[in-house]
Amino acid sequence: MKLTTTKRLERLHDRYANGDLSRRTFLTLTAAAAASAGLSMPWMGRALAAVQEVRFDGWGGTVQDAIDKYAFQPYTAKTKIKVVQGTFGDEDEIITKIKTAKPGDYQVIHSSGVNYYIKYVNAGLTSEINEANIPNMANVLQPMIEPFRKLTPKLSAVPYDYGTTGIAYNTKVISPEEAKEKGAALLLDKKYAGKVGGYSDMTTRVWYAALATGQDPNNIKDMDTIWAKVRETRDLAKKFWSSGAELMDLLSKGEIVVTDAWSGRVAALQDQGHPIGYLDPAGSYAWMEDMLILKGSPMAECEELINFMLDPATSIAVAEGQSYPPSLDPNKVKLTDKIEKLPAFDKTGTMTSLTFADPTYWATNEDAWTKQWNRISKGA
Amino acid sequence: MKRRWTLYDPRLAWMLVAPVLLLLIFFLVLPIAVMAAYTFFTFVTAGVETSALTTANWHEFFTDSYYSGFLLKTLRVGAITALLCGVLGYFPAYFIWATTFRHKWLLLLLLIVPFWISFTIRTFSWINILGEQGVINVALLKMGVINEPLPMLYNEGAVILGMLHFLLPYMILNVYVSLESIDRTLISAARSMGCTSAQAFREVTLPLSLPGLAAGLLLCFVLAAGSYVTPQLLGAGRDALFGNLIYDTIMGELNWPMGATLSIVLFLVLGFFAAVYTRYMGMSQIVKGLGG
Repeated sequence: MKLTTTKRLERLHDRYANGDLSRRTFLTLTAAAAASAGLSMPWMGRALAAVQEVRFDGWGGTVQDAIDKYAFQPYTAKTKIKVVQGTFGDEDEIITKIKTAKPGDYQVIHSSGVNYYIKYVNAGLTSEINEANIPNMANVLQPMIEPFRKLTPKLSAVPYDYGTTGIAYNTKVISPEEAKEKGAALLLDKKYAGKVGGYSDMTTRVWYAALATGQDPNNIKDMDTIWAKVRETRDLAKKFWSSGAELMDLLSKGEIVVTDAWSGRVAALQDQGHPIGYLDPAGSYAWMEDMLILKGSPMAECEELINFMLDPATSIAVAEGQSYPPSLDPNKVKLTDKIEKLPAFDKTGTMTSLTFADPTYWATNEDAWTKQWNRISKGA
Repeated sequence: MKRRWTLYDPRLAWMLVAPVLLLLIFFLVLPIAVMAAYTFFTFVTAGVETSALTTANWHEFFTDSYYSGFLLKTLRVGAITALLCGVLGYFPAYFIWATTFRHKWLLLLLLIVPFWISFTIRTFSWINILGEQGVINVALLKMGVINEPLPMLYNEGAVILGMLHFLLPYMILNVYVSLESIDRTLISAARSMGCTSAQAFREVTLPLSLPGLAAGLLLCFVLAAGSYVTPQLLGAGRDALFGNLIYDTIMGELNWPMGATLSIVLFLVLGFFAAVYTRYMGMSQIVKGLGG
């Protein structure tokens, strides 16, 4: 994109009006802009217009389809900035790619909340957002922003949506009553041996093992019983899935009849008419996702994109399309009936009904537990 | 006075070899050297490592039976796959070589047609064949042969089948090239000396085609043992191979030093087999089989 001189001056004025710039700085920058407009050479224009596209990497599938259709395409139509998209099945995969790329090759990531935010911070991959450039952040739920701000007072990411990893089951095999009665214990029901699935992810496996052993997932006391439960689920499981597409494939083809699953993907299956039920057992694993701007990205353009994505009309359309509630505060923005009926939707805007992973606690144990989970998943 | 250039001047030879040499250094030797250096780096936390040198990664590899167990399992699966490829691939190769069909090129073309489709899609296609709602199970259920779907997917058998599908053309091409180089008058001579067709095959054709078979076995073994996608898609967690361990260590744990260590181990082990083959058979057969 090209940010026009007028646009740049408008932003400068906004920042001055918001008190982010002193009067002297504002006048100096305005004078510099005026001088550059009058004295600019042809090559300077080309250099300033260099940013024609923004790179985005997300989870693919129905989620990214919705973002593309309701956010990126209208954004490109409005600004002429193309959003080049990539996908990943596992966020660690994209972190590896980012580490091997040069700054700026990857720019905006649809990231998995605070747990992953720590990884980007530790690896020195984060940027500093100028929040004045994202006025729509004012509508974002403060309880979603606060955990990020605790890690970095200057944010590199903006919360965008949230959901839960609950229990999905095939209603032709398991009745809603049975599912409700057994809850998370369905994953350990020997009756369904060989027809059980699960997300191939340490956090999800340990979380559900903690629920099964009656422990607080954010303060586990006995890891031995946790690993024993993880092994128990592994031995009953047919396949641990590693992407949303694979989850939908396994459920829709009847390869598995019960699994922990992402609420939005289940909603998508239900929309397609598959006989899949969903429930959030007590203490179900809640997570949030954010739009993270990486170090070396064209900040103004990325901020403008995120601001566009957070516009209530855009954000609501995306939320309905991807079946995950948006990060918009329902006390500030009128959300639709469809969104209010989505799994995991918190109508209070406090997020207290959802149990999120404590980022510090999980970050402390992440390395050792991931290693152990990788071994168990392979039969150890 | 400067020495004049001659036809077999060593300087000319070096100049001709230099581009390939540079390519090899930059795209093969250097990456492996960097990887080898990484094995001595210190893992701090996911995605973070320091260049403080340590032998901890190698120590972990040599003292933890988890890794050696997976290495042996990988070699076993690779060997089974290669042997099955040899058995199943020899007959089509022999048929293509021996046929008097006028359009033999068509048969060879059929061999390479699968390569026109993405490897991942070809692997995925087995899910629709072997799955509970796959072609085989649905057909057997409808015919009343079985009452419950057969568990054919997400096990070691499915992984080996997927790799056979992918590797068989390599084997057939290698054996075919080897057969093509046999002087057919030798077989005629054997027959005229009183050999039956079977004896002529056993005494002449088979021994002379062994270099191609050996090249195919090595190629299939190395590719199968280094495989990562097929076990990921068609196997369960227990069916993972060494390549999956490397993937999980680098991509899942973001532990590059340990991932590099495991990569170098696999490289050395498979390199050892390739070196043994080269020592006794030479690489020329594989190059011919790959169309070189």
